[in-house]
Amino acid sequence: MIREVDVSLISDTVMRLCIEANRELPRDICEALETARGQETWPTALSILDGLIENHTLAKQCSAPICQDTGMACVFVELGQDVHLNGSLREAVDEGVRRGYGEGYLRKSVVADPIRRVNTGDNTPAMLHIELVPGSKIRITVAPKGFGSENMSRIEMLRPSDGLDGVRRFVLGAVEKAGPNPCPPVVVGVGIGGSFDQCALLAKKALLRPIDRRHPDPFYAALETELLDSINRLGIGPQGFGGRTTALGLCIETLPTHIAGLPCAVNISCHVTRRKTAVL
Amino acid sequence: MVKKITAPLTREAARELRAGDLVLLSGTIYTARDAAHKRLCELLAQGGQPPFPLEDSVIYFVGPTPAAPGTIIGSCGPTTSYRMDAYSPTLIERGQTGMIGKGVRSEEVIESMKKHGAVYFGATGGAGALLARCVRANEPVAYEDLGAEAIRRLVVEDMPLTVVIDSLGQNLYELGRARYLQAVDETR
Repeated sequence: MIREVDVSLISDTVMRLCIEANRELPRDICEALETARGQETWPTALSILDGLIENHTLAKQCSAPICQDTGMACVFVELGQDVHLNGSLREAVDEGVRRGYGEGYLRKSVVADPIRRVNTGDNTPAMLHIELVPGSKIRITVAPKGFGSENMSRIEMLRPSDGLDGVRRFVLGAVEKAGPNPCPPVVVGVGIGGSFDQCALLAKKALLRPIDRRHPDPFYAALETELLDSINRLGIGPQGFGGRTTALGLCIETLPTHIAGLPCAVNISCHVTRRKTAVL
Repeated sequence: MVKKITAPLTREAARELRAGDLVLLSGTIYTARDAAHKRLCELLAQGGQPPFPLEDSVIYFVGPTPAAPGTIIGSCGPTTSYRMDAYSPTLIERGQTGMIGKGVRSEEVIESMKKHGAVYFGATGGAGALLARCVRANEPVAYEDLGAEAIRRLVVEDMPLTVVIDSLGQNLYELGRARYLQAVDETR
């Protein structure tokens, strides 16, 4: 049974998600900030965390963007195989981004060409990922991504002999080298395995998981906890002024990989890790 | 102890500030980020007149969100400063005394700050809604075709900032982290 869906529904949904994601932090990020506030002991760090909590509360109250970098619109669509769309999905998503960033008074931060750098004026195109899944539903997640943190992300084709220790060193090194630049406390997405391209995508997808939910495999769940703990011993602290709270959360996603490889990617996000999902 | 300071910021006033100082800045500042810095420096290289007075100027590395109806400015937190490292020494030589941003600066920028007497302030990254409350006036000055990257004149009142790098080259990113780790070590 084929389900007919009008693409205007996609546009309307993407538009709404762009605006809402930029004004209201996900529950897990709010809770992590409160928890971090309770565990922090360093005076400068405490006052920064208070400011961040006040900021996102104010943004929600005033319907204002939490951060001025309202990001590139990273859009993840899980499209049921039994859905038929009456138009272009790509165009529908971009139309939603165009209207969301316009009507929501969000910043237009996209240049049409990486070298010649002329602003597209409407924050399109979206960074669109489409996955076909069984069924007749459409699941859309909009995750606006700021580039202060995106610029601090890294990928490394480790050797199999580097093993778990190599992964540990690479992840900690990425956060250490990022230092104060990505607006700590950060959220860390780690991709391990796959190919070069899939590994980077895994790291991005890791940022979509609520940070209070651990990896289903106990091995990686333990690694997530261990790496987060190690990061919060680095002393970088909120804004890099020193303190315990360097990261709010860390999630790992993995894929099978080649006998010759151990790809590892770290996608850094900030305390304004935004994502909003709708199921149609 | 929070110090009240004003912009434009004289070299003498800039030289008195120390890494770690908390300040409340009031007065007139200018916004500029990547593309505006590039144009400014190209203009200066060609012998052109900058669109605002550089002498004693404080530049805020920011690209605000558009102002919604009934508001002065949208969210306006700092952008990461290292991308301006290629340009800041030129502007400091021409009289700029203050930079507001977040994140590390290059040795070249710090040397220039020491030589000419300039200071680097940190505003809280990601607190754009909160920082907007300090802005009393906001008007375009130049390069409006750049959209969010246009140069704007802002009048701010009691904008909360932290001195990150002072004119002696002292750096809160290094000092703050070292002090914290030492304090943790001592409690073990």
